[in-house]
Amino acid sequence: MGEISKFSNFKKFLEKGPIILLIVSVLNEFDLNYLNLKYFSFNFPFILIYYWSLKRSGSLGYGLIFLSGLLNDVVTGLPIGISSLAYLLICVFSSYLRNITLRPSAIKDWFFFGLAILVVNSLIYLIVGLVFEVELEYYSILVNILFTFLFYIIFSGLFDYYQKVIFGGQNV
Amino acid sequence: MQAGRDDFVIAIRSAFLKKENKQKFSLLALIFLTFIIILSEKFNLKLIDYLKISLREVAYRSSFIVSAPENFIKEAYVATKNHFSVYEENKELKEKLSFELSKNYNSEYILEENKRLRSTIDETTFLTSEIIGKVLIDKKSPFLRSVIINRGSKDGVELGMAVMDKSYLIGKVVEITFTTSRVLLLSDLNSKVPVDIMPNDIQSILSGTGGDEGVIQYTRQQELIKKDAIVFTSGAGGLFKSGIPIGKIATDPSNLKTVVSFFSDFSQLRYVKIISFKKENE
Repeated sequence: MGEISKFSNFKKFLEKGPIILLIVSVLNEFDLNYLNLKYFSFNFPFILIYYWSLKRSGSLGYGLIFLSGLLNDVVTGLPIGISSLAYLLICVFSSYLRNITLRPSAIKDWFFFGLAILVVNSLIYLIVGLVFEVELEYYSILVNILFTFLFYIIFSGLFDYYQKVIFGGQNV
Repeated sequence: MQAGRDDFVIAIRSAFLKKENKQKFSLLALIFLTFIIILSEKFNLKLIDYLKISLREVAYRSSFIVSAPENFIKEAYVATKNHFSVYEENKELKEKLSFELSKNYNSEYILEENKRLRSTIDETTFLTSEIIGKVLIDKKSPFLRSVIINRGSKDGVELGMAVMDKSYLIGKVVEITFTTSRVLLLSDLNSKVPVDIMPNDIQSILSGTGGDEGVIQYTRQQELIKKDAIVFTSGAGGLFKSGIPIGKIATDPSNLKTVVSFFSDFSQLRYVKIISFKKENE
């Protein structure tokens, strides 16, 4: 009996995986650039938020996404509210795609993600540049968008597997 | 066609307004709240300052703890890499050391002479006070180049204080909380420091690039700047004292700009010195 209860607690913990990953990724120095490649960076929270809002919208609350954006701004030193806006706009894109999709396809999701991050990053670039007059490096952001786009398909495969193992065939 | 547009409108409206399963807030409400926060930040409202201060205190400490496992892996990787290059490095360092030692005797004499000459012409001398700080967060964002250190207003840190790694300038304090501060690194695109390039004593401005190096801007004597010339702070503007080494001129493959390679490696910062310079007669 005790073991069953322990197992169900562990499963509950794993079900909170996306939330834990989101909090860790906004607080952590999560750049994975151990080879110190010039310009290499990608936006892991974008991938995480887009995937889980699209596939299982109940697993990441919008309130929590908003709060994690505020934390990310504080850690990276951006004007407060900028990342929250970016994350919520990503949610808008994923929610829109979910509403119009009848037959889900990984490739369609991937390309729509590319469009979403292009639009969101451009908007953020404009707001930070025009409203706050902070200079940003254009190429660095462009490379960040490219790597975020490329990594999406890898992480979506991993998340698909995680979803199958943890949630089985359930839908939210 | 009409039906297609209706579907689009319905999907958009539903994305913004419909609360999904297990969601407590609608996206539109949260986006609206975010815009209020951004505007309050723009107009420096007091309420946002309180929000920022409390978020910083929580985020910086939690970030340090959350980053610990990854930092451990990073450090282990760097240590292993260093281990393999230790023989070559040792040989190179021995050669460098004998060369530097011979230079040292000369510089001691020059320093004494400089001190004597400064007092002769009543040149202002600076008193320095320094605080040692540990780098808590070194998040390499594509947007900003900055680090968080574990020294804040309670330790006497003030805005604009110079931050150094060993004897090299690496940035200045731009944000303070009670227990932590943010240091804007010289490599950040928004960093501008008045500098002197030696030899030839060329006055200029060093600007960050957002990458690992800096560039020399606003100088009329571009052709006089040679490779390996040393870049020091000029002391103009009164924020830093003059003569703090920053880096040296490197070759730019495109030859369109004068690139500065920093003496300090900003990705390996662990402990830094936060320094204030006060004129002796103040």
